[in-house]
Amino acid sequence: MTKTPVRFVLNGTDTGVFVDGGANLLDVLRRSVGDLSPKYGCGQGTCGACTVLVDGLPHLSCLVLAEAIDGRRIETTGGLRQGAQLHPLQRHFMDGFAAQCGYCTPGMLMSAKALLDRVPNPSRDEVIEAISGNLCRCTGYEPIVDAILSAAAELRGRVA
Amino acid sequence: MAIHKGRGFACINYPIGMNLGGDPSQALVHATPDGKFMVTLSAIDLGQGMKSVTRQIAAEAIGVPIADVYVDTADSDTGAHDMGSFASRGTHRVGNAVIRASIEARNQMLEAAAEELEVDPADLDTDGKGNIHVKGAPGRSITVAETAIAAQFKQGRTLSGRGIFLIPPSGADPETGEMTPVTCFAHAALVVDLQVDDETGEVTVNEINSAYEVGRALNPKMVEQQLIGGAWMGVSHALYETTEPYYPARDHGPVDFNAYLMPGPGEIVPHNIAVLERPAEDAPYGGKGPGEMCANPVLPAIANAVYDAVGVRCDTLPITPEKVLRGIRANGGVRRRGAL
Amino acid sequence: MSSIEFRKDLFANERDDNLNEVGKPTIRQDILGHVTGSSKYYDDHLFDGLLHMRCVRSPHHHARIRRIDTSAVERMEGVVRIVRPSDIPRNLNTLLSLINFGRDDEELLATKKVAYKGEPVLAIIATSERLARDAVSAVRVDWEVLPHVLDVEEALQPNAPVVNDEYPNNTFDYHERYDHQKLRFGDVETAFANADHIVEGEYQMSPIEQAPMETCGAIAAPETNDRIVCHTSTQALFFSLGTTAKLLDMPSSRLHFVGGTVGGGFGGKVDSLVEPMAVLGAILTGRPVKFMWDRAEEMQVGAPRGAERWRIKDGVMSDGRIVARSFTGFFDSGAYTRLSSYAIIKGTGHLPGPYSIPNVAANVYCVYTNRTPATAMRGFGITGVDFSIECQMDKVAEVVGMNPIDLRLLNAYRDGDMKAHRRVAKNTALIECCQVVAQKAGIAIRPDLAKASSLIGGGGDRAVIPETVTDQASRIGDRRRGAIPTEPLAGATSKGRIPAGTSGEPVVAAEPQREDMRIDPARVGHAVSTVPKSASTSGPVTTPSVVSASATTPGPSGAVRPAPVPTVSPASTTPARPSAFAAPIPPRPTTPGSPAPAAAVPADETPPPSPSTPGGSPHDPGKPFQQGVRRPGVSRFLSGTRRR
Repeated sequence: MTKTPVRFVLNGTDTGVFVDGGANLLDVLRRSVGDLSPKYGCGQGTCGACTVLVDGLPHLSCLVLAEAIDGRRIETTGGLRQGAQLHPLQRHFMDGFAAQCGYCTPGMLMSAKALLDRVPNPSRDEVIEAISGNLCRCTGYEPIVDAILSAAAELRGRVA
Repeated sequence: MAIHKGRGFACINYPIGMNLGGDPSQALVHATPDGKFMVTLSAIDLGQGMKSVTRQIAAEAIGVPIADVYVDTADSDTGAHDMGSFASRGTHRVGNAVIRASIEARNQMLEAAAEELEVDPADLDTDGKGNIHVKGAPGRSITVAETAIAAQFKQGRTLSGRGIFLIPPSGADPETGEMTPVTCFAHAALVVDLQVDDETGEVTVNEINSAYEVGRALNPKMVEQQLIGGAWMGVSHALYETTEPYYPARDHGPVDFNAYLMPGPGEIVPHNIAVLERPAEDAPYGGKGPGEMCANPVLPAIANAVYDAVGVRCDTLPITPEKVLRGIRANGGVRRRGAL
Repeated sequence: MSSIEFRKDLFANERDDNLNEVGKPTIRQDILGHVTGSSKYYDDHLFDGLLHMRCVRSPHHHARIRRIDTSAVERMEGVVRIVRPSDIPRNLNTLLSLINFGRDDEELLATKKVAYKGEPVLAIIATSERLARDAVSAVRVDWEVLPHVLDVEEALQPNAPVVNDEYPNNTFDYHERYDHQKLRFGDVETAFANADHIVEGEYQMSPIEQAPMETCGAIAAPETNDRIVCHTSTQALFFSLGTTAKLLDMPSSRLHFVGGTVGGGFGGKVDSLVEPMAVLGAILTGRPVKFMWDRAEEMQVGAPRGAERWRIKDGVMSDGRIVARSFTGFFDSGAYTRLSSYAIIKGTGHLPGPYSIPNVAANVYCVYTNRTPATAMRGFGITGVDFSIECQMDKVAEVVGMNPIDLRLLNAYRDGDMKAHRRVAKNTALIECCQVVAQKAGIAIRPDLAKASSLIGGGGDRAVIPETVTDQASRIGDRRRGAIPTEPLAGATSKGRIPAGTSGEPVVAAEPQREDMRIDPARVGHAVSTVPKSASTSGPVTTPSVVSASATTPGPSGAVRPAPVPTVSPASTTPARPSAFAAPIPPRPTTPGSPAPAAAVPADETPPPSPSTPGGSPHDPGKPFQQGVRRPGVSRFLSGTRRR
């Protein structure tokens, strides 16, 4: 099978891999690059567990052709932490008990980050809209929405 | 074409642990040289919080701070046998096994400390902050760390424990059904407020008020996680979920989340919970497992509330708009009951 | 916005609320891994040269396998191995053989026929998931389609197609005697005749998918020392390990199972189907093999919460007291047993819900149909019957013109009440839950009921087991010979009576193995009974004493050994027994020191089982996993490999 070289920036680091034709970004990130933070939940683009940011916008990596990310900037939850410092979203998910099994959490965090990067002061409805493609079977969503809103408040406080 | 409000009630009890017993759980505890404790289990954490709740139980039972305890789950080479995480048995069975293992480790720790302090072990107590002291004389004390170092490097003692918890297996009588199903029960009662659109048949749950009796909230935030998430699942079961929408026919079975419906973050139902705690005698610190029962009362409460609102008894789940509309039509229109 | 309050005022004298760590809102130990995406689920273990396994599945509800043609697959690129049923050393199992419950009835890969749409017949191992999928679609199976049955009550008809060869009557065999589990408490027929109202209802629970965000799966790989490591999403590590060892006929010492961090389960990851397949793949190929369900398999092939159908009949007095309740229940087990037969016993023990009803009867059937086998889900065995009971309570409230909460409070069980499964209720709190939620929702309840308490008013007359009507209807196979009613007592040609009496001994936890594993009662954190448990077989339960450092440790004399056999009371063995039960009762083996139990078995039964004798054959380190302990009890559940 022919392999195509693909170069991209993953969480700030130059990365290059050879990918099979038709391979999806989720498999390439997990198997070829070794970033296991995006999760396989359905492979159908319906659950959001594999959400990553491509040039700052949330994408379902199970539906993204790996070849299409050549030259793009990819962000995953694996790179959300800044060194030893947790991102406010991560801390508020922790303190707010916004995860149980944790399997949807990496995708949820990416959708939330995409929102907060664009909209520093989101309404509750905007938060709901932002994570409406991310399914969670454990929490009932409310602690997740609350955690994102409180992380947004903290981020605004830092800027001010 | 109107919106009709309704209110429904349901209450339940829930058996904790595998029916008819015969489901052992084991736990192992050992101390590091400086008095930190590791708990090894083969129990599974599937999100319910097994690692976290057994960590709190172990810290409480040993008598040390939680920061000094870590739990490892589910490696068959290191974790002793456990039946598994199902039947609300995790907290009850594993929790008790962890207590027994922790107590054995604690008693060894007190014996080691007693040798260092030259007192009787029965006269010692822990303060939960990492110190062991003579009862009534807090000044005569030794740290857990010093005790562990002395035990290992001076006295040649282990600070470790093994625990097993088992409700022995029993059967059910073929003629009468006589049995000891389980040894403790959790309880819940719940009121649902909802509205029904008589044009679309759509049911919208507006509010849930509930009371859950959980024995003891071993970790109140994790109990809250279960109750909020569990009630959400109850709403989902009542109104949306099925793998066979025209059961017993197998047609139209969903194969993805576009067709297998569940409420999303836009349909969060405000849920006001009261937690009651009546400890069960044989449960770890009295705690019953809250995780499984919390969805159960929601299903009938919603069905009863739909009847209250529009007079349609949906005795077949899920309560789809189609069933509501067919029911309204069969009744010749909306008939509100207004019982509550 | 949701809210939570902790009603520490209630039952405060039964608790010590000053514990150090228990009761604190400590953040989860696993949360840092979750929010950094570094928690290791089973699929987060990378292996070089990983192979992928996928199954060829039945497109039919019920069909015989005439021939499987894999010639096209054998030539395909990337196909490493075709796994056939003959590769599985002991290709027959039932999940609960680990606790010796039920007979082996399900093949890992079907050999002769399939009994549900999606049943696997063959597996392909290939170098990528995509190639495995391609290969699966290139397999040609010649099917002979058979008539199928999908409805539980149609499956009970005499001429219904046989779904499961091991249970040719389409029902699980209970106690080697009946095609259903019975519950008999009091005399429902007389009570119905004397009731002011009869309220009937039928309820249908839907099959529901557990839908964990992580699908079921396992990765197995050869490890050092001729062992196989298996990373798995299982909810029950040793269940999966034991099942794998049994099916693959290998000593459990060669298996190293790792799991414990699972992306949700809700009951859907108990069945232990993926682990034996992955381990088999690793053995056959000598390479790491992943067997992971995709979402479609998870939804339609993965076992759901089973559908249940319940019919409830209540006899109610005008003041709202429920005096009789009977249930007819059908659990749709799908094509194989898995956990449904066990769920039924759990559900039967749950009847009639959290209420004190003096006359209760139930017939509950585990029915095989040509659909995906059912399994556990959150609320296992209880969710469906609770839905039915609580919808029924709402109907009763309407018939008698009562506030639905008042109706529950009036009938609620209390400490000391006898339950229909013949054990005394204790530690109850239904009344308080009802009162608290009524207050929260602003619903007025009757003043006398607002003052009711779970601690008061139970026991006494309510602790008595009434004289009970029994029947021997619907023995195994009777339904094949002609349609008979399914309701309790309806199909009986003769009825027996068991005299009123008290309950048998409850089974309690085994004592700590050694004294130094026993927690100091002062540190238990809640009330510990100081009364020997054997003293409270009837009448109100002795209320546990308050928490106190001076509470005595139950000594050996107070330590109740479990009764080896659940039995009806000694009173039921008096000569007053009706003729149907008049034959001599064979003595049962008892645990030394326990009261000699009496049995309510009919006389024509085979003698009770003798305890399995330990030892016998010399140790064999290569001996494969067999099965769990023999369960002391009223029936000998056969297990192990069925001879075909």
